[in-house]
Amino acid sequence: AFLVVTASWADNWQRAAMPCPSPLTLLRDSLRGQREHEKDLRILVSNLPYEGLPKTKQPNRYFPGNAVKTTKYSLWFFIPMNLYEQFHRFANLYFVGLAVLNFVPAVEAFQPEVAIVPICVMLALTALKDGWEDCRRFRSDRRINHTSCRVYSRKVSGFVERHWKDVRVGDLVEVASNEIIPADLLLLHTSDLNGVCHIETASLDGETNLKRRLVVPGLNTQDSSFEPQNFHCTVAVEKPNDNLNQFKGYIETSDMKRLGFGIDSLLPRGCTVRNTDLATGFVVYTGHETKSMMNKNGPQYKRSKLECKMNIDVLFCVILLFSMCLIGALGHYVWLESLPSVPLFLTPGSHGHMDSNPLSGLYMFFTMIILLQIFIPISLYVSIEMVKMGQIFFITNDVDLYEEKTDSRVQCRALNIPEDLGNIHYVFSDKTGTLTENKMVFRRCSVTGTEYSHNENGKSGKCKFPDRKLLQRVLAGGGDWDGCGGIRRCEATDLYLDFFLALTVCNTVVVSTATTARAQRQRVWHQSTSEIDISAQRCYVAESPDEAALVHAAKVYGFMLIARTPNSVKVRLPHGVELNYQVLDTLNFDPHRKRMSVVLRHPISGEIVMYTKGADYTVMDKLIWACLNTAQKNVAASTQRHLNWYAKEGLHTLCFAKKVLSESAYKNWSLLRQEALAAIDNREELLMETAVNLEKQLTLLGATGIEDRLQECVPDTVMALREAGVRLWVLTGDKAETAINIAHASRLLDQEDLVIHMNTDDKAVCKSILDRSLEEGRRHTRPGYPGLSIGLVIDGHTLDMALQSDLVDRFLELARLCRSVLCCRVTPLQKSTVVKVVRERLKVMTLAVGDGANDVNMIQAADVGIGISGQEGMQAVMASDFSISCFKHMKKLLLVHGHWCNSRLSNMAIYFFYKNVTYVNLLFWYQFFCGFSGTSMIDIWLLIFFNLFFTSTPPIMFGVMDRDVSAETLLGLPELYRTGHESEGYSHFTFWIAMLDAFYQSLVCFFIPYLTYQGTDIDIYTFGSSMNTVSLFNILLHLAIEIKSWTLVHWVTMLGSVALYFTVTLVYSATCISCNPPSDPYWTTQQQMSEPIFYLVCVITTVVALLPRFTYRVLSNTLAPTPLIRARHLERLDPAIREQWIKEWRGFRGGPQGGRSYQKQTQEQEPSRITPTLSITNNHLGTPTRSAVRHHHNVEL
Amino acid sequence: MPKKELETANRPDNTAFTQQRLPAWQPILSAGIVIPGFVLIGLAFIGIGVALFLTSRNITVLEMDYTGVETTSDCYKCSAGTLPNCVCNLYFTLNETFPGTVYFYYGLSNYFQSYRKFGASRDDNQLSGDTYYFTSPLAVCTPYQYDVNNNPIVPCGISANSMFNDTFNLYQLVNGSKTVPLDGRGIAWWSDYNIKFRNPTSDPLRNAFNGTVKPPFWSKPVFELDLTDKSNNGFLNQDFLVWMRRAALPNFRKLYRRITGPDYASGLPPGNYTIEIAYNYPVMSFNGRKKVVLSNVSWMGGKNDFLGVAYLVVGSLCIVMSMVMLIVYAKFKFPDDV
Repeated sequence: AFLVVTASWADNWQRAAMPCPSPLTLLRDSLRGQREHEKDLRILVSNLPYEGLPKTKQPNRYFPGNAVKTTKYSLWFFIPMNLYEQFHRFANLYFVGLAVLNFVPAVEAFQPEVAIVPICVMLALTALKDGWEDCRRFRSDRRINHTSCRVYSRKVSGFVERHWKDVRVGDLVEVASNEIIPADLLLLHTSDLNGVCHIETASLDGETNLKRRLVVPGLNTQDSSFEPQNFHCTVAVEKPNDNLNQFKGYIETSDMKRLGFGIDSLLPRGCTVRNTDLATGFVVYTGHETKSMMNKNGPQYKRSKLECKMNIDVLFCVILLFSMCLIGALGHYVWLESLPSVPLFLTPGSHGHMDSNPLSGLYMFFTMIILLQIFIPISLYVSIEMVKMGQIFFITNDVDLYEEKTDSRVQCRALNIPEDLGNIHYVFSDKTGTLTENKMVFRRCSVTGTEYSHNENGKSGKCKFPDRKLLQRVLAGGGDWDGCGGIRRCEATDLYLDFFLALTVCNTVVVSTATTARAQRQRVWHQSTSEIDISAQRCYVAESPDEAALVHAAKVYGFMLIARTPNSVKVRLPHGVELNYQVLDTLNFDPHRKRMSVVLRHPISGEIVMYTKGADYTVMDKLIWACLNTAQKNVAASTQRHLNWYAKEGLHTLCFAKKVLSESAYKNWSLLRQEALAAIDNREELLMETAVNLEKQLTLLGATGIEDRLQECVPDTVMALREAGVRLWVLTGDKAETAINIAHASRLLDQEDLVIHMNTDDKAVCKSILDRSLEEGRRHTRPGYPGLSIGLVIDGHTLDMALQSDLVDRFLELARLCRSVLCCRVTPLQKSTVVKVVRERLKVMTLAVGDGANDVNMIQAADVGIGISGQEGMQAVMASDFSISCFKHMKKLLLVHGHWCNSRLSNMAIYFFYKNVTYVNLLFWYQFFCGFSGTSMIDIWLLIFFNLFFTSTPPIMFGVMDRDVSAETLLGLPELYRTGHESEGYSHFTFWIAMLDAFYQSLVCFFIPYLTYQGTDIDIYTFGSSMNTVSLFNILLHLAIEIKSWTLVHWVTMLGSVALYFTVTLVYSATCISCNPPSDPYWTTQQQMSEPIFYLVCVITTVVALLPRFTYRVLSNTLAPTPLIRARHLERLDPAIREQWIKEWRGFRGGPQGGRSYQKQTQEQEPSRITPTLSITNNHLGTPTRSAVRHHHNVEL
Repeated sequence: MPKKELETANRPDNTAFTQQRLPAWQPILSAGIVIPGFVLIGLAFIGIGVALFLTSRNITVLEMDYTGVETTSDCYKCSAGTLPNCVCNLYFTLNETFPGTVYFYYGLSNYFQSYRKFGASRDDNQLSGDTYYFTSPLAVCTPYQYDVNNNPIVPCGISANSMFNDTFNLYQLVNGSKTVPLDGRGIAWWSDYNIKFRNPTSDPLRNAFNGTVKPPFWSKPVFELDLTDKSNNGFLNQDFLVWMRRAALPNFRKLYRRITGPDYASGLPPGNYTIEIAYNYPVMSFNGRKKVVLSNVSWMGGKNDFLGVAYLVVGSLCIVMSMVMLIVYAKFKFPDDV
């Protein structure tokens, strides 16, 4: 085969000497390229023999290069492509349609060239924004494409530096440790003797643990030094796809042997090589065909609730506009009919005679649409986008939402829903990693029935300190182990040894020597500092934090995991002996067995031992109960007792056991195992079966309790959210006990709460529980009777039943009565189902927050998804709309930024509608005085400028910067968040009020000048200019009433707008002599401003127009102040008086949701109603002075 | 400390602006605060209202319809529009002196100079003296762009064509009739007369108009509008300028002359007067009315009671509001209210 290749290479060489290929060849090539793409299997060969040949001779020329392009536009086609994109928006089409309509002579209202200015400006602004974003993408692409990597070159017989973009399919690429992989590589060779290469796939799937990749099995590249030049195999791979866990193909060697490979041999682009000095791979996919690029999807587009409501109002505006145009058309018709004959001022059409009256009326309808087009606020959409950009700027720049430990800010990944944060009704939260830190601390253990509490660890939050008693026990036995390398002396010590060995080896922890900054930081923040000694460079990379916690715990007692390879594990014992155990088999964790085992052979005694670790009941069930003596039974019983106790304390429990296997037993089992491994059908099932076969008749070693501590300020945040009227649901995969414990600790449930447990396998039972609980619940939440608040705990099975169509309504009704709901043992799918059901059935705004891959579904299902960038990688963050670094940030994000964004944006949107309607109506009223002929009394340029420049900045600034209540008050009084749920935000009601006000104000703005100038010799544009000025003052002062806080920026924009108006108008009317026929603005403003009556008109019109709104605001603020107004008053008070007021307020507003005071009253008033099982317990909040009376009201069946 | 910087590279700037802590004035509209405002505005408005009202009261206006719809009117004979060069008289009596400089207006009702195509149908290039457009007027002037013989019309368009062409003479009836001199200078806007409108530079003026025809409705060409004053011709004719400044509303008046003659500089003395009207302009085709208005003016322009009354009403309303606010304030005040 080598000869063949050389021959063909020579052949190619000769052909390369020929002149440029004919167009026909090119065409044939491109057709072949097309076919090549569509084939199910791609046959690839190394590029090396063809090095230096022109492109047309390259065997792999049909595949795309490795350059990536994420930009949407190209330089040359930016304008047409961007316009095409923009015209997908209905509003833009509408305005372009009108501009085109204006070119029809029969219906034109303005000079057609001028009328297209606003839409052009809008399109240009949007294009500018898009262009800027695209430019940023282009730069980032260029940076990536120009990263360098090493590609083998025949000429220099070694690896040469190349840019990523120049890597082609068929190249051989070398990557060193900590380097990023430039393309999807098939692993051919590594510096590791076993052909293993570790990679970190965080950038791909967010998982931070190291993954093992193997050289293509059967390829003998490991033994001798690998020479890329001698790689002459053909590689066949499947078509590129986006499945990260699927990849298959084969290598056909020179002796026609086919070697299959799978995902285990693929180094995907974007991942980082770790723990492996060098790895060489064959490029199989490049550029956009790589797994990572095929998995990149663009930013998701969510439409906010406010925008949906707004779109309906835009429709109302369209209807209003059409009816106004209809009035105009009819008016024109009636006016024409009323004329006895053709007067001098009427013009016949160009064809010399008048159109018939109905036809003129019809034409007038369209003219009116053009004239009154800005009734639909053209600038609203662009302004909203700009405002949201501003709001997001402020959110991401909030220093309170910055987390120093990880150096991360809050990220807004969805740019268009910041206001939805202010309107959340339900929050669905994950538990582990979201409420808790997901930093596991080894907290307690029980060995052979004796409990050892690691109080020090509990206090410090780190696995740093051994329990003294246990350490003594361990060290006492230690002497014996040293001598004989851990062979048993006495049974008791042996169990201790086994316990710690199990902790150390029964896991999948990889010992890493990563040196990147990220890993270092991780170690500094997450892990103990005890690694400063010899293992300073050693870092444990575990798939789950529990495993790492256990390994670290064992290390404290001297059992240190030193190295792990697929076939061996090296452990150092307390007194320095290092043992290298042979790993015979690893029975991995699976969700059905809920345990894992490792089968080891002792290096010295040769004994075969299996260590098993798992959830308590899955291990306890497998003990050899039958042959236990009394002492052992006692041990088992006390261990079980300890386990229950741990669970109640909210610890993660694990149980450890061992089993000694005889050589023959292992051999028998091993055969079965091999068979199972080789099986093609139901391989998984068979493997599980063999695992279950082996994992029985175990000897109990002990149990551990690992604490997952609550994140900082979680109870505070939960309380705040609850007071804000947000219902919190916790959806967790954990056990009910753990979940309830965390719920108490985080104040999701109070000690006095009525807690309903639902846990059943029977649907009928489920139904009856629901009915009974509903009855109970209704009794407690009757209006006027503030009862207990209710918590619901439901587990996965029961939830499934409750969500079935016949029970779901009952379940939701019950859930609505509950203050908090805990769903335990739920799957990711169930999480998203719950969110969807609540969101769709209850028609509420939902927010989901989570940190792990199992929360992705839920995050995507909710209206707002928040990802917590924590211990479990980036998948949740990738799927989220906002990402924060810890749960406590939710408080400020929702209560402050959510509230602000919501109130700002809704006020701004309402104001925009108002502004346009007020202004356009002036034109409409004027139609009654110009024969409904579509005359505009305001110069068209000034008309356009008015909306575009004079009155656009203040509302945008208002939408970005106005602050109704300060952040401190919003945080201090979470109740204020409810105003977003109620009337204060954007609603159709406020829209119609604004519309009415707009009609009123436009009437005033038109008719006061009209009545003043009636019967005088005032000319059209002087009349219009007075109205224009009056409207400016009116519109700006209206905004001034709405502005809640005046900063320097507010003053500058407001005064700047007025100054700009007068400057532009004065300059325009001084220079436009007859620049814009037929309008005649020359000297009108100057003339106008020289007359005192103009100022008098301005003053009275503005006062009359704004008086109702002003008075309404004043009276409502005084007579029926909204909570927000009350809060603003509070801000001005002395801190001391403020406290008192806040207390009073809480008492006033509290109700069953808020105050504890009510519950105390309830107990006194109606002691017979509740029949609590009284028990005195310490409450979990750590205030030792108070012991609460706990009503345990379990409706448990 | 580069490492430290690196670790907090993402920290947002802690400035008053980015943290939204800019010092701000946060007024809360409430009854207590607005009382002084309402009182002040109320008092000021009442003051202005009284001043306006009194000023308006002191303005004398005499409005006389001469359309001739009523059979008793002298102009009835002309209103049918059948008689060429019809002249009618309008008699009126002043019992007391009409004080100040008296302005003589003509007024039209139901006349839509604001009709869109009316305004569009003119050629500003012609009117600024550009002779190129004398030969080819803009198309917007249609149907008054060319006449039937394809001669260009100057000034073209319906605006110019429909120019008001009634003329007035005022006589005081003392010992026969004594002409009251009417001054037609400076009645148009200064900016129109001096900048916007220009005659073509040719002497005599008529030469520039060779090859053009007058608008069909006109009796005289534009360069012969005023035979008594050579400088008051062409596009700079004051009456033409006044007409071409379009009225905003369908009922309007336009300044015709000022009465500044030596005997009448301080007003029209009591007595009997007659206005001799050359009745040319047809208004019956659109149910229009024509009138003559004599008025003196003040700093606030012509007579207008509306504004004074409006100020008085709004001012009183504000005072009433302040009372209401006082009551509200007394009952519902906040501790921080001043």
